[in-house]
Amino acid sequence: MKFSESWLRTLVDTELSSEELSHLLTMAGLEVEGLEPVAPQFNDVVVAQVLEVVKHPDADRLNVCKVDTGRGEPTTIVCGAPNVAVGLRVPCALPGAQLPGDFVIKIAKVRGIESSGMLCSAKELGIAEEASGLLILPVDAPVGQSIRQYLDLDDNQFELKLTPNRADCLSLTGVAREVAAIAGAQAKLIDVPEVATTIADQRAVVLDALEACPLYFGRVLKGVNAKAPTPEWMKRRLERSGIRSISALVDVTNYVMLELGQPLHAFDNTKLEGAVHARMAKPEEKLLLLNEQTIAIDADILVIADDAKPLAMAGIMGGEESGITLETGELFLESAFFAPKAIAGRARRYGFGSDASHRFERGVDFGGTRRAIERATQLIIDICGGAAGPVVEARAEMPARKPVRLRTARACAVIGMTFSPEQIAGLFNGLGLPFVREGNDFLVTPPTWRFDLEIEEDLIEEIARLHGYDKIPAPAPRGNLKMLVQTEAQRPQARIRQLLVDRGYQEVVNFAFVEEGWEADFAANADLIRLANPIASQMAVMRSTLFGGLISNLVTNLKRKQSRVRLFETGRTFHRDVQGGPVGGFHQPWKLAGLAYGGALPEGWAGGTRKVDFYDVKGDLEALLAPAQLRFEKLVHPALHPGRAARVLLDGRDIGCIGELHPEWIQKYDLPQAPVVFEIDFAAVTEVSVPAYAEVSKFPPVIRDLAIVVDQGVALQTLLDALKAQSPALVNDVQLFDVYTGKGVPENKKSLAFRIVMQDTQRTLQDTEVDLAMQQLVSCLEQAFAAQLRA
Amino acid sequence: MDNLDQIVGEAQSAFAAISDPDALEQVKARFLGKSGQITELLKGLGKLPPEEKKTAGAAINVAKTAVEAALNERREAIRKAALEARLAEEALDVTLPGRAEARGGLHPVTRTLERIESLFRSIGFEVADGPEIEEDFFNFTAMNTPEDHPARSMHDTFYLQNPDGTVADKVLLRTHTSPIQARYMKAHVERYGQLEKMPEIRIIAPGRVYRVDSDATHSPMFNQVEGLWVGEGVSFADLKGVIADFLKSFFETDDLVVRFRPSFFPFTEPSAEIDVAFMSGALKGRWLEIAGCGMVHPDVLRIAGIDPEKYTGFAFGFGQDRLTMLRYGVNDLRLFFEGDLRFLRQFA
Repeated sequence: MKFSESWLRTLVDTELSSEELSHLLTMAGLEVEGLEPVAPQFNDVVVAQVLEVVKHPDADRLNVCKVDTGRGEPTTIVCGAPNVAVGLRVPCALPGAQLPGDFVIKIAKVRGIESSGMLCSAKELGIAEEASGLLILPVDAPVGQSIRQYLDLDDNQFELKLTPNRADCLSLTGVAREVAAIAGAQAKLIDVPEVATTIADQRAVVLDALEACPLYFGRVLKGVNAKAPTPEWMKRRLERSGIRSISALVDVTNYVMLELGQPLHAFDNTKLEGAVHARMAKPEEKLLLLNEQTIAIDADILVIADDAKPLAMAGIMGGEESGITLETGELFLESAFFAPKAIAGRARRYGFGSDASHRFERGVDFGGTRRAIERATQLIIDICGGAAGPVVEARAEMPARKPVRLRTARACAVIGMTFSPEQIAGLFNGLGLPFVREGNDFLVTPPTWRFDLEIEEDLIEEIARLHGYDKIPAPAPRGNLKMLVQTEAQRPQARIRQLLVDRGYQEVVNFAFVEEGWEADFAANADLIRLANPIASQMAVMRSTLFGGLISNLVTNLKRKQSRVRLFETGRTFHRDVQGGPVGGFHQPWKLAGLAYGGALPEGWAGGTRKVDFYDVKGDLEALLAPAQLRFEKLVHPALHPGRAARVLLDGRDIGCIGELHPEWIQKYDLPQAPVVFEIDFAAVTEVSVPAYAEVSKFPPVIRDLAIVVDQGVALQTLLDALKAQSPALVNDVQLFDVYTGKGVPENKKSLAFRIVMQDTQRTLQDTEVDLAMQQLVSCLEQAFAAQLRA
Repeated sequence: MDNLDQIVGEAQSAFAAISDPDALEQVKARFLGKSGQITELLKGLGKLPPEEKKTAGAAINVAKTAVEAALNERREAIRKAALEARLAEEALDVTLPGRAEARGGLHPVTRTLERIESLFRSIGFEVADGPEIEEDFFNFTAMNTPEDHPARSMHDTFYLQNPDGTVADKVLLRTHTSPIQARYMKAHVERYGQLEKMPEIRIIAPGRVYRVDSDATHSPMFNQVEGLWVGEGVSFADLKGVIADFLKSFFETDDLVVRFRPSFFPFTEPSAEIDVAFMSGALKGRWLEIAGCGMVHPDVLRIAGIDPEKYTGFAFGFGQDRLTMLRYGVNDLRLFFEGDLRFLRQFA
């Protein structure tokens, strides 16, 4: 909502400065987004009349003018403007004038002729971006008057950012009323007398949708000159409210809307047949709108129609065919109340909005409907001439204004400070809220212009707001000192993130919507969750894996010459799922994913050049979940190298995967080498066992080494599992400490060396039982894996 | 017995000339070995008359002790010299960088989140969480924002497609973290609703939220943190107290002014917008919009099954990204989501 400060000040009397007014409005909930002077500073520019124009003897493009500035003898001014002409009234900067841009006017010779001032364009005065010549003023502009005064340039444009509940402030009258309440000033709302009827013409009005349109005033005007110019003062006020002047008739309806808050519509009366109806749209009705869009009107849309056809989307936009033009001489003027529920959301559905729909869907003062039509009629007659017929009124049941009860004690409790009933009464009176007292209770009847006062809390807000939020105390928080639950079996998320940070990973945050291609490449996802309204095609589907974002981060950073990249992200992935979680049909687990690329260690003097590999990252994962023991098994995954990928298992549960990126994607995403990536369920990482004490043996352990040769293809895990299953009770740990292939080991075989720890908590072990245990282990390996003992 | 002094002198100078431990042992033999000079003199004692034997023996032993002392001294000197030499040889350039994994870092927004969580935990707020694909009901209806409510035009919502390509009408990407409030209150009531007096709700709920918007100050995905305190006698003044305390603690300064100005949200009444202004620094004197807040709307409490006559509460929603930008002086929101290590490493 933009408006001119000087216009506002005609409607409310206040001594406040512009800045004070702005602060007060903001602190009352009408946030001032902009406060700009309508013109830059300048002085000594007056209205002047050009008396004589003679070509400059020494310059083709210059004229020597005699100008009356209202200061006695005519002044000589050399002027270069192409549109200078005898008789024009134009702004003239007198010697000593300071124009925008620190431009000082002096008496000076221009090509040998003394010039005592400058005739100005709008651009030179800083009131327009562009100008093609002198600013031509109306012929009745008083010669000699300061141009600032004449054009009301000592004015500011206010811009309010209004919240949707304060539709009552979408007009100058509303803002003036509010200023009066918050500043304790007197509002001077305009007086609107009824316009005398001079013709009998009228058109019947029929209300067919009583809830959507319970009140309608219509009037015929004849003999109107639509081509009459809009007065400068009106143009100026419209422009300073951000509305372009179009034609006198349109300008008047806009002006009244700004002044009183009531959107009006003017139809060309000659295009109307029979009575005017406010009714719901009929099936298959179509309408060509003023914005040149033809729409099929939905059944829940209120239309204004005549006996034959729809004319307008009520309260939203008029129709092109019944609209007024510069040729219109006969009007049907509408001022009506359309219920917010009947208008809300409709314009948005068709992809547009209008000043009218913006107001109607928030609520328009239904106590001022008649005033608005009278005001508009008078302005039209004043500007365009013509004669007005009688106002036809159609009225049904108006919106109920139920009194709202406010309890003083409740208000004090919610706000958190004491108010006396007298204080509250004072605040309500200031706002113009009529009430009845019942002890310490108030029964408040919301005025016709307030649509946001429906419950007690709304009135409590009015009290708090008017008293001033800044005057409400801000005591230190108080509450009951109940301890928060801290489950020992869960690690804080921060601890997990920190662990990755300590191991060299940098956290990133990526968008949850990704390129469709990433979902295909890294998840082979055929059941995509697409956005219905993505902002860009590369942000069109919800991610089911965090890999895409990490690979994309890697690509970005490689372009920026980062050679070693370790990243992690925690976030949700999204999957269609019949079961779903809190939201049916969608599974949205928290994941933790990481990526490692480049050297195993940071490049440096001691570095070595080994590249990060599967086992480095596996080590990170194991550290992350320690002390829990993870298991890994071979995995085929669309994102990963099939020979270098594993499923990660925790207590037999699949919690994620780890592996080298598939060579195909390394090529496709143009990566010089393979990153290793992992993705696991975040919930699994946060689980941790609560320690339980077990007795520490007082007897020394026996440690034996065991080296065997087995086929290359035998996975270590299967060996360990078999050993664990077959081990006698006294064996309490089996550790792999060497893997060897090469000289001394046959082709396609590998040598594995284990350290076997045996111990009993109750006694020292005997050599014979140790030997027997080793024998058992060896024979188990021989039988199950054709293992051979290595000398 | 001049001879003895001479031997001792000879031995001392012979030892002194040597710096190799093996050579020293060989020279030692010349004096103290089986046929060394001292040994020979001791052997010769037997031939002396008894009255001379005693004095000569004593004199020889004095000389022997002196030779042995010279030898030990030299041994120690050689050992020390060798140690010195080794230490010098083993000296490192202690200014070379340590050999270790480089440290990574937290995302700046996470850093902020952890600080927010810990500040609110310190006054008894738990952390709650909720889904990002959210039901229309929790995002809007439970937040007192029915279909066609003008407030819905304040959110430009991302909607999802059904598998058949139609627009899913019951779900959306949450536009704020407020639905977590609604879910939490509902669960709280299910758990404690039957009690005469329900325990207080004190939570913060951080998370990613989504709106159709993208420029230097808007990202289609951004981070919010929601706060909620519902209990008996919780007031707007309490809200002001908590927020003022939080902002001063978060920015670690008393040098800031907080102001509350009336605003509108469908789910709070009265509602306020929170602005801060710093009294020093680059942003000195400017009012910066930082959060929305208000007393929980009675309809929101009612929808959750809480009696608004008995319990009141307040809620607030901060932009985590905004707080992070102000805290660390970041001027472009988009930097947070580009994954550029050169930017992110500044927050390690």
